[in-house]
Amino acid sequence: MTALTPTAPSRARQGTAGWRGFGPLLRTETRVWLRDFAAPFFGIVFPTLILVGVGFAIPGMRDPMVEDVPPGSVWYGLTPIATYLPTVIAMAVGTASLTVMPVTVATYREKGVLRRLSTTPMRPQGMVASHLVINAGTTVVGVALALVVALLAFDVATPTQVGVVLLAFVLGMCAMFAVGMLVAAVAPRASAANAIAMSLYFPMLLLAGLWTPGPIMPELLRQIGQFTPLGAAGQAMTTGWFESGFPLLQCVVMVVWTAVLLPLAIRLFRWT
Amino acid sequence: MADPIVEVRNLRKTYGAKVAVDDVSFAVQPGEIFGILGPNGAGKTTTVETLAGLRSADGGAVRVLGIDTLRDPAAVRDRLGVQLQESSLHDKITVAEALGLFASFYDDAADPRELMELLDLADHADKQFARLSGGQKQRLSIALALVGNPQVAILDELTTGLDPQARRATWELVERVRDTGVTILLVSHFMEEAERLCDRLVVIDAGRVVAEGSPAELIDGLEGGRTVVVRFATDDAARGRTLLADVATRHPDVDRVEVSDGGLEVAVTGTPRVLFAVVPALAEADLVPDDVRTVTRTLEDVFLAVTGRTYDPQAEREPALAGEGDRS
Repeated sequence: MTALTPTAPSRARQGTAGWRGFGPLLRTETRVWLRDFAAPFFGIVFPTLILVGVGFAIPGMRDPMVEDVPPGSVWYGLTPIATYLPTVIAMAVGTASLTVMPVTVATYREKGVLRRLSTTPMRPQGMVASHLVINAGTTVVGVALALVVALLAFDVATPTQVGVVLLAFVLGMCAMFAVGMLVAAVAPRASAANAIAMSLYFPMLLLAGLWTPGPIMPELLRQIGQFTPLGAAGQAMTTGWFESGFPLLQCVVMVVWTAVLLPLAIRLFRWT
Repeated sequence: MADPIVEVRNLRKTYGAKVAVDDVSFAVQPGEIFGILGPNGAGKTTTVETLAGLRSADGGAVRVLGIDTLRDPAAVRDRLGVQLQESSLHDKITVAEALGLFASFYDDAADPRELMELLDLADHADKQFARLSGGQKQRLSIALALVGNPQVAILDELTTGLDPQARRATWELVERVRDTGVTILLVSHFMEEAERLCDRLVVIDAGRVVAEGSPAELIDGLEGGRTVVVRFATDDAARGRTLLADVATRHPDVDRVEVSDGGLEVAVTGTPRVLFAVVPALAEADLVPDDVRTVTRTLEDVFLAVTGRTYDPQAEREPALAGEGDRS
């Protein structure tokens, strides 16, 4: 017998028994997680803060674009802050999936929480799953809050294709949480997870248009961005919100990232 | 004797060229506190982690509660409690939350409140993990190992880092837990702990069992008999040394004498009857010593006898380091 990872055989036969107590686990983790100020704050309030900050602090963000944009363009008459909304949503996805979730999981690994769990009938996968749920939930809440504020404060138009925006949002979450899972899988320590996550987070935000949203994104950045998970999410949501047509390339890109990274993350995941 | 509740036969585990466990066998009877003792890196933790189904083995057989945990680790988790070294919890989870959460994983869990009473944690139920003292954290860790109502509990180095008072309190708790019917596997590098707590034990050194038995059996089985140390006042020291050296040459129960502490102390070693040789000789010469004490032999002497080395818990290299990647 070789030195197999001990969780491999148990994973195969755990069936449903390994998930008894998942409800209490999710509840307890959520409650404990809410006690940390930073993580819930960044997940829930940060997108709205950015939106409001940019909307009110930068001059002209709330003025309809009529001068630099040709009248036939889809951007004509929109406010810059409205075109910024898909980017803010993408940022919310990126923040939860990259800066919060991997660090939480890596911390649990470093502190031996996952190892401790693996001695109980609950599988450590349950802990990872609970934090995927918590962070996905936070993202949804954070995005909803930003949307409500955007509607109230900036009178942002509703999407032209709601279904496309929703699809892009879900696919973007899948792709970005797959990236986050890979970081969580390979980072030996919380500090390493944080370092890796940050070195991905900021370039991804750039490519998702945090500094050059929608219409003002340089073509080169847009070309590169459409092949990254967060850039594709931002572009696909922008298309669904303001344009016509289906962002096929971007959606395929997000599906491919998920399909490649998620199995890789599961394969590489270390419980201790 | 009943069927063993835990049985390990010829267990072997290597990490590349490094042998963590060479050949370990032992059997634990129901209701025992069974010790696995040895210096750091001897292979104790690897042994118990393997029998708990957390690691694979390269050879040998393991049965816990009749289950082959090498083949089917999941089958035993509901009835085996494990307290691991260096595993902690989220800083902000409270004692009650942690116990309630872990209880929810088990088929037939213990009442967390009763466990908190048993382990003196009831007053700290709402305290967050990071705010617990070392002893409280350790007691919580034991409680978590017991919350599934296990038939067997593995406690690994449970008093490391505790002050002597907390350590003794923890020992009492372990006995209390055993009295509730749980069989306990106690892993320790701390000889005094094993001597105090264990009904039987194995001493492991460099991945092999070097001694097995109850602490009393092992100590009584030592060669070299017993030592009496006699301390003299400065004025009597010269006479005392001569007298006891003379006793050594003519008395059958005395093997040797050793002088220490600038000539004030004389250690007389011989058979268990050595005291009977020393005291009459002193009485006859009317030589009143300042102090007489018999040297208590411990499991450390057993270790010395079976390995030829003085027991140093930190002496060994850590073979487990090589296996870090394999632990996953």
